[in-house]
Amino acid sequence: MNSINLLKIAFNAIRLNRGRAFLTMLGIIIGVAAVIAMLAIGEGSKESIRNNISSMGANMLTIRPGAGMMGGVRQGPGDMQSLTMDDYETIRDKAQLVAHVSPMVNGSGQAIHGSNNWPTSIYGVSPEYLDIKVWGLKEGSMFTEREIRSNAKVAVLGQTVVDNLFPDGSSPLGKIIRFNSIPFKVVGVLEEKGESTFGQDQDDIIMAPYTAVQKRILAMSHLQSITASALSEGQAEAAVEEISNILRQNHKLGAGEEDDFNVFSQEELISTFSSTSEMLTILLVAIASISLVVGGIGIMNIMYVSVKERTREIGLRMAVGARGNDILMQFLIEAVLISITGGLVGVFIGLAATRLVSEFAGWPTSVTLYSIVLSFIVCTITGIFFGWYPARKASVLDPITALRYE
Amino acid sequence: MEQAVIHTNALKREFRMGGQSVRALKGVDVTINRGEFVTIMGSSGSGKSTLLNILGCLDQASEGLYELDGTEVKGLSRNQLARIRNTKIGFIFQSYNLLPRTSALENVELPLMYNSKISPKERKERAIAALTRVGLAGRLDHTPSQLSGGQQQRVAIARSLVNQPVILLADEATGNLDTRTSYEVMQLFQELNDNGMTIAFVTHEPDIARFSKRTIVLKDGKAVKDEPVLNRLIANEELAKLPIAD
Repeated sequence: MNSINLLKIAFNAIRLNRGRAFLTMLGIIIGVAAVIAMLAIGEGSKESIRNNISSMGANMLTIRPGAGMMGGVRQGPGDMQSLTMDDYETIRDKAQLVAHVSPMVNGSGQAIHGSNNWPTSIYGVSPEYLDIKVWGLKEGSMFTEREIRSNAKVAVLGQTVVDNLFPDGSSPLGKIIRFNSIPFKVVGVLEEKGESTFGQDQDDIIMAPYTAVQKRILAMSHLQSITASALSEGQAEAAVEEISNILRQNHKLGAGEEDDFNVFSQEELISTFSSTSEMLTILLVAIASISLVVGGIGIMNIMYVSVKERTREIGLRMAVGARGNDILMQFLIEAVLISITGGLVGVFIGLAATRLVSEFAGWPTSVTLYSIVLSFIVCTITGIFFGWYPARKASVLDPITALRYE
Repeated sequence: MEQAVIHTNALKREFRMGGQSVRALKGVDVTINRGEFVTIMGSSGSGKSTLLNILGCLDQASEGLYELDGTEVKGLSRNQLARIRNTKIGFIFQSYNLLPRTSALENVELPLMYNSKISPKERKERAIAALTRVGLAGRLDHTPSQLSGGQQQRVAIARSLVNQPVILLADEATGNLDTRTSYEVMQLFQELNDNGMTIAFVTHEPDIARFSKRTIVLKDGKAVKDEPVLNRLIANEELAKLPIAD
């Protein structure tokens, strides 16, 4: 008995029972379609959660001077002047796991334009700061590296500052504002970011080249902190380690000495992210398995009934020379053909359903190849697994009993 | 000496039914030679179906010897029996047992589907030849529901011929047919037998038995009579005597 004949026999049997085969498939079709759509919706929301979280800067690292000793008296971290431009440059040049890095000095004061004034903070940063914070510009442009080197007095304003200094709605671009009586030319306006998780208005900000802020406003040469971003959320902890090593070397700290700095990562955000996506995955896998098991039981039911109903046919096949194994393979192939066909149709319906969901409900969806491959493999296994029992039952029938079966 | 197609010696078959053993065959000796046309008769419960099942390798004897075409059948596995059924035996059933919604051609091809040595081309050619031989060359694509009872039985006969068996075994092959159609089927059997086919035929109708050449009568699991048919009927003549159907 060759396999082509077996395939032909199984195919004919399905063709003869088109209606029933279709009904059997329905379970698998719905199962696979549901799995594809669920996974697509799940992946979509996972992706949008991931985007949301990275827009909060989940891979952001902050380096601050640590508490140190000065003649036996412990000093508050803010008082230390242990972070230098050299530290910033070393991290920028040597750290492998760091994507962006920016120095940070800030001060607060009064911003003035014409007859309007507003108390706010000025952040002295490098252009990379926007990449670290995943922040874009609404108008104008960020200041350049060249402007940093020349200590240029240019500034990018947050929306709150714009609203308060330019209440008439005119564009601040090109205008001169004063911060603590130092004039700054406005070159850009930041996108609105809203409140931070801690209820702080993130748009109440002025950004300027850190060199200008250091020299013109704060009159200091050290850095208050360094902000950096790891290559990915997953590499944040390794980046913390790397930066610590670089800084210990830079500060010539011996093996027993305490760090004179602190590196903070957004651990909480990261763990929220990973637990959220983990939960989603578990949920989706659970739904997927349930629907496919239900579909599989459908196959088993129908194949079982089919074996009963075709007992005489099985008897006849045996009488004309089919071996038990031939019968087993016939029913197994039938089950697998049904489930694979159902799986194929299910994939297409699932894709269509996904399309509909994202189009009409506006949910984010993302169809992944692995969800298609996975449901297809599971389908085939379902067919074999649930087809086995009835097929086995058919193959061990006694030909005489089968022929006499009414 | 001519080789016997079927030879049994003290063939016994016991069934166990709820702790009790039922002896369906109590020692049957049958020898059927090539070219014979034998009817096995007996009332129900006489063991004729059990005997036919054993001869057809669908069942195994509990005791005794059975040689089919020179091969000892006893002790063969299920798969080996299937192989013998596939290559040496042609079965014809009372209820035809054709696959529904399947063309006559495909029904006849069925036994060859289980023989991997036969190519699809040869399979089709042999099925067409068999159907032509039973007079259904024009109905290759008809499904059983489009055929009359007699035609369905002819398809079944074609199916039993297609593997070129050493013997045809028919179980009440005319049981579901009216007189005329029965005679037509017997006419076909006689024709096949005249061309050398060995046939064993189970029936309980004495007039049908008279078309064969030899009758074996079973009673209570034993062969009580084994004799040649004396005034044999020729189907062609009997058909001519029947009133013409209107």
